[in-house]
Amino acid sequence: MSLSRRRALTAYLLLLVPLAFFVLIRLVPTLSALQVAFYQWDMLSDERPFVGLGNFQRLAGDQVFLVALLNTLKYVALGVPTGLVLSLAIALALTRVRRLAGVFRTVYFIPFITSLVAVGWVWRWLYQPQRGSINELIGTFGIPPQPFLQSTSQALPSIVVVNVWHDLGFQIVIFLAGLHAIPDIYYEAARLDGAGRWAMLRHITLPLLNPTIVFLAVTSAISSLQVFSQVQNMSAQGTGGPLNSTLSLVLYVYQKAFGGAYQMGYASAMTVILFALILTVTVIQLRLLSRRYEY
Amino acid sequence: MQPVNRRQLLQLTFGAAAAGLLSACAANSTAKPNAAPTSPPAAPAQPTTAAAQPQAQPTPAAAAAQPTTAAAQPTAAAAAQAAPAVAGQKVTIEYWQYFYQSKQDLVNTLIQDFQKANPNIEIVHNSTIPYEQYQQKLAAAAPAGQGPDVVNLYYGWLGKFTQSGYLQELPTGAFPAATLEKDFFPVVQGAKLQGKYWGVPTAVRTLALFYNKDLMTASGVDPNKPPTTWEEFVDIALKTTKRSADGKLDTAGFAWGPDGQGHQWWREALNRQNGLSPMSADLKKLNWTDPKGVEAFTWWTDLVTKHKVGEQGFYTDDQTSFKTGHAALHIDGSFRLSTFAADAPTLNYAIAPLPAHKDKATYSSFWVNCLTKRATGPRLEASTKWLQYLTSPDVMRQWVEKVGELPALQSVAKEDKYAKDAKLGPFLQSLDYGYATFFVDEASDRQAVLDAVNEVILNGMAPDQAVKGAADKVQAMLDEYWASVKS
Repeated sequence: MSLSRRRALTAYLLLLVPLAFFVLIRLVPTLSALQVAFYQWDMLSDERPFVGLGNFQRLAGDQVFLVALLNTLKYVALGVPTGLVLSLAIALALTRVRRLAGVFRTVYFIPFITSLVAVGWVWRWLYQPQRGSINELIGTFGIPPQPFLQSTSQALPSIVVVNVWHDLGFQIVIFLAGLHAIPDIYYEAARLDGAGRWAMLRHITLPLLNPTIVFLAVTSAISSLQVFSQVQNMSAQGTGGPLNSTLSLVLYVYQKAFGGAYQMGYASAMTVILFALILTVTVIQLRLLSRRYEY
Repeated sequence: MQPVNRRQLLQLTFGAAAAGLLSACAANSTAKPNAAPTSPPAAPAQPTTAAAQPQAQPTPAAAAAQPTTAAAQPTAAAAAQAAPAVAGQKVTIEYWQYFYQSKQDLVNTLIQDFQKANPNIEIVHNSTIPYEQYQQKLAAAAPAGQGPDVVNLYYGWLGKFTQSGYLQELPTGAFPAATLEKDFFPVVQGAKLQGKYWGVPTAVRTLALFYNKDLMTASGVDPNKPPTTWEEFVDIALKTTKRSADGKLDTAGFAWGPDGQGHQWWREALNRQNGLSPMSADLKKLNWTDPKGVEAFTWWTDLVTKHKVGEQGFYTDDQTSFKTGHAALHIDGSFRLSTFAADAPTLNYAIAPLPAHKDKATYSSFWVNCLTKRATGPRLEASTKWLQYLTSPDVMRQWVEKVGELPALQSVAKEDKYAKDAKLGPFLQSLDYGYATFFVDEASDRQAVLDAVNEVILNGMAPDQAVKGAADKVQAMLDEYWASVKS
C-alpha cells in the first residue's frame, strides 16, 4: 500500500467516528421519528398499533395545531425581515465607527450568548402589565400601560421583539464579516464615477452581500420556525397563551409528546409537517433570494 | 468575493433542515438545561419490533418484565406461601422518586432502617431524576424491562399509568380497601380507579388561604380575622386593594393566579362549596356546566372583571406577588410553606382554611406509592413490605418534620404536635373535606380551564359559554379515555 493510500485510509478511519456519531445520534432518530408518525404510540403502553395516515388526518382537524402553524409562520414573517434590516443597518453603522468599535460589537453580541431561559424571564418582568419597566418608561411619555404578554394581540409581537434582540448580535457579526470581504476598490471606483451613498449601497453592497443575506435569511427563518424556549418561558401560563395566541409548532409538539399526554406518534406526525415546512420555506428563500452577480 | 455555489448552499441548507427537525424533537433540551435528550428515548434501539408487532416480546428481559395480569396480581395468600421458599435469599428491589433534596435524604435513612429490620431485602433508591424528566424516564425504562418495583407517582397520573398497564393493583391482603378508607384521609380515594386501589401515599397536600397580616392591618382589617365566607373574602380583598393615582395596581387584594392553584380552587373547592360535585361518581361525566358550576366560575372570574382586586400577570404570578408583599390574600398549597420559609422568611402571613359558601371543600392532592408490574414473586413480597413501612405512622411523622408534607393517616394528623401548629393546623383541618380531581391528562385539563378564564377576561365571553367550552374539551378526553380502558 502506498503512503498516500495509507494516509487516506487513516483519514477515513478517523472520519468514521464522527460519521458513526452523526448516523446514530442524528440520522437514525430522525428516520425513526418519521416512522413513529404512522403509529399510535403512548410511551407507557406495550401496544403500538399502526394507524397509517391516521395521525395526519387528526392533525388536519386539530384547531390548536392549525393555530400553532399559523403562529409559527407569523414568528417567521415578523421576525426574519425585522432582524435582517436592523442588523444590516447596525452593521453598516459599525463599519463607520472607529473608536470603541470593539465595545459596540461586544455589547450587541452579549444577548446572543445569554441563555434563552434567563432572557425570557428577564423580559417577562420587563413586560409586566402594570409595573413593568417598559410600562413605566412609556408611561413617562403619557402612553397608557399595555398588557403585552397578557394580551392575545400583543403577546406574539412582544416575543418576536425578544427574538430579534437576542439574535441581533450574531447577525451583525456575520454582516460585518460580509462587509469586510467587499474590496474597497469597488467603492473607490464608484466614488470616482460620482455615485452617492444610496447608489453604492444598492449597486455594490447589497449585491455583494447576497450570499450573506441568503445565509442569514435561511438560518433565521429556520430558528424562527423552531421557536420554543422563548414561548415556553415568556407566554402567559407558559403554555403558548393567552388562548394559544403565542403557541408555536415546536411547543405544541413538546406538549403532545412530553406534556403529560405522551402521544409520541401524534407528536412525530407534527415534526414531519414541521420538516416539510422548513424544507419548503428554505427552498422558496433560496429561489427568491439567490442571485448570481458577475463583476 | 466568492459567491457561494448554489448547490453547496442548498446541500448545506438541507442538512440544516434535517438537523432542524431533530432539534425540534430535542427542543425541550433548549428550554431546560438538563432535560432529557431527543424524543422517543430508547427508540433507536428497537422501535420497529415494538411498534409493528404489538404482541411480540422484543427481548426475554422485557418479556419477564411484562407478566400476564394473573401473575401480576397474586393474592396475599400466594405471597405468603412464597415466603418460605425465598427465606435466606436476598431480594433486591428498586424504589424511584423524582429528585427533591429532603425526600432523597429522608428515604435514604428510611432504607437503612428498613434494611436493618429486613436483612434479606436490599432497596436500590433512584431519586436523582429531575421532576421535569421523571415521567419520561419511567416511560423510557419500561420497554427496556427496566425501572422501579415501587414507584412514587403523582396521583393525577394514575389514569394514564393504569390504562397503559404499567401498575398492578395493591395486594388486598396487605392493603384492604376498608382500612385505607377508614384510617386515611378521604382524599386517598383518588388512588382508587375502577374499584381498585393502585397506590397509597405517605403524605398529602391541600389548599388553604394564605393572608398577609401587615397588609390587612394597613387597610384597617383585623389581621386575626381572615375571611371565612365568599362574601367576607370579596370584602377584605376590596379593602386591601390599593391603586396609585394613575390607576395602576399597587397592592392586589387577591393574588390572582388561575395557572397556579386557581384552576384547582375552582374545580374542587368553589364548585363543591356551591353544592356541586364537579364530576359524576363513576368519573365518566363532568358536571361543570351545571348552573351551580357556572355560578362558582362567575364568582371566581368576577374577582378580576368586576371587583378588580387582582390582575393577570401582576408581579409575574400569584405566589410571587404574595411572596414579595404585593398581595393580601392568596390561595395556595401546603407545599408552598417551605418555599415561603426559604424565600420570604420575614413575610408576616398566616394560614386559614379556604373561605366556604354553602359547604366546606378544598382541593387535595398527593404523591402515591405504587407497585409496578415488575414486582412479582419474592420481589412483590419485598415491595409490599417496603410499601407498608413507607406508609407507617412513624415514617409519616418523620416525613412531616423533614419534608414538611402533611401525614396521610388521620391518626397521625390529629396528634397535637401537628394539629395545633399555627401553619400546619389549618391545612390538616381542611383535609377532612379535601377532594382530589380525577385527571385523564392534567396539563390539558388545566389548559381548558385557563382558556375559559381568558375567554372571559380578555374576550368578554359570557361565563356559561366559557365553561361549556372547557367542559366540552375535558369531556371529550374523558370519553376517549373510558372508551380505551379495558374493564
